[in-house]
Amino acid sequence: MAKSWREWEKPLIELEEGIVKLKAIWANERDQAKKSELGKSIEEYEARRDNYINVMYSRLGPWEKVLVARADKRPYTLDYISAIFTDFVELEGDRRFGADHAIVGGPALLDGAACMIIGHQKGRNIQERQFRNFGMAKPEGYRKAIRLMDMADRFELPVISFIDTPAADPGVESESRGISEAIAASMMRMFELSVPTISIVIGEGGSGGAIGIATSNVVLMQEHSVYSVIPPEGCAAILWRSPDKAPQAAAALRLTATSAQELGLIDEILKEPRGGAHRDPLEAAGIVKEAIVRYLAELSPMSKEERKRARYDKFRAMGIYGKA
Amino acid sequence: MEAFIQCTNCKKTLFRVEFEQNFFVCPHCGSHHRLSARKRIEMTFDPGSFEEKDLELRSSNPLHFPEYADKLESAEAKTGLYDSVVSGFARIEARPVCAAVADFGFMGGSMGSVAGEKICRTLERAAHGGIPAVIFAASGGARMQEGLLSLMQMAKTTAACARCREAGAPFICVFTDPTMAGVLASYASVADIILAEPKALVGFAGARVSKQAQVSKVPDGFQTAEYLHEHGMIDKVVPRREMRQTLGTLVKVLTMRRQS
Repeated sequence: MAKSWREWEKPLIELEEGIVKLKAIWANERDQAKKSELGKSIEEYEARRDNYINVMYSRLGPWEKVLVARADKRPYTLDYISAIFTDFVELEGDRRFGADHAIVGGPALLDGAACMIIGHQKGRNIQERQFRNFGMAKPEGYRKAIRLMDMADRFELPVISFIDTPAADPGVESESRGISEAIAASMMRMFELSVPTISIVIGEGGSGGAIGIATSNVVLMQEHSVYSVIPPEGCAAILWRSPDKAPQAAAALRLTATSAQELGLIDEILKEPRGGAHRDPLEAAGIVKEAIVRYLAELSPMSKEERKRARYDKFRAMGIYGKA
Repeated sequence: MEAFIQCTNCKKTLFRVEFEQNFFVCPHCGSHHRLSARKRIEMTFDPGSFEEKDLELRSSNPLHFPEYADKLESAEAKTGLYDSVVSGFARIEARPVCAAVADFGFMGGSMGSVAGEKICRTLERAAHGGIPAVIFAASGGARMQEGLLSLMQMAKTTAACARCREAGAPFICVFTDPTMAGVLASYASVADIILAEPKALVGFAGARVSKQAQVSKVPDGFQTAEYLHEHGMIDKVVPRREMRQTLGTLVKVLTMRRQS
């Protein structure tokens, strides 16, 4: 069982390092014959690299997708905010108990038009991870989200939410301050919004923690993101009493973007750059931005009532069952 | 049926008939034993007033999840129900309510597409008719065998609560043992009024999740109805023998304006 995306990227990284070295030699080579020889082998290695990426990333199974979705090199919410929006001002605090750093948000401009952004934020190094609580929001995070949604409704700002969390914080303090209520109230507030709402799963869509800020008019998933009711490790622990069976659980849970689309639970899968969003964050952001702009153009002409009703009808229809 | 049983909590021997007349509450330790949905309905609503709806709904196995079909089959055989929620119309102290009652015996009361649909329909009927919704929750959470579909039941049921609010229909939720995770973090927590049975296990993270997340130093009584009540998350902890009367009073008072 692979434990990290780095396992299959290792040969790739070696190959890339080799290419960089070859290029340095090529630049210093005076002998034209040798130089053209070197140039050819660089091209050859580059082709091999591209081929490796193509094969690898087109074959990712559900478990590998989980690992890519969790990759610490993957662009996070704040990366997308800085690449897509301007004039972002982060607003903090729930005005009730405290500040939560696992959910960020605030107003910003998208091509000159105002909107409200809310998203989970993970950290890349140990300090950052602790500061962001590994992307696991406490009640304060969801209550801040509600505050921002209230404001968005008042000032008629479309809400764009970025989903990337392993789960909501399961600790004692979150429980004592009503994490369940905070998640439910946030979902509910989102259903009541009269402005256009769009959610994009950019990494891990981790159960209640994710859905708390993802009940939007339009829900999109990036190609290598995952969305699940329970982490595969947890599912494996319950079903087979063995977290090592996480890959089997990942397959059974059908947590990939393709499955979510087949089940009618998301609107569109957003392509990622070749080899995943982490290989070219700017290109990934460009694709996300294009989709946001396109769906906003669709939602903006609707009336407030139409948007609320469409959102209700969309989620109301989710579920598959039989009839006697 | 045996005449004597043992309390699972205090281990004392109980005379079955007495125990059942005492609302399945141990007379020695006060432990509220779990109830089937049918028993709960019989005990709570006006005799013979319950009219079941949504009987045609059946869980399927949309993800072809391992062992799910077998689990459904044995849960059906065990409980005589088709899923973990029984829904319909009922009366409480002569006043009409839209009721839904969960049964922990059916796959741990877990919420999949059918349970979510029944909760939704109950709330929608309440919103539509302007009558109160009364829901008894009993669930370990979302039904993982239905994957993302069951996560979306959280969204769907919460959306229906918003509709109740808009329509001015009161929603009363009763947390019974246990009310956890995906159910607690959706419709159950946005009810207008939240009641709970004594000592019911109520919480977001199940024991396994907490263990994996290495949650340490758990306070006494953590994740009990009393703990959440103390932290402002529950209106009132109501002993089972008083539940009917409490609900009756609330329904009466909350619907009074409509009759004047």
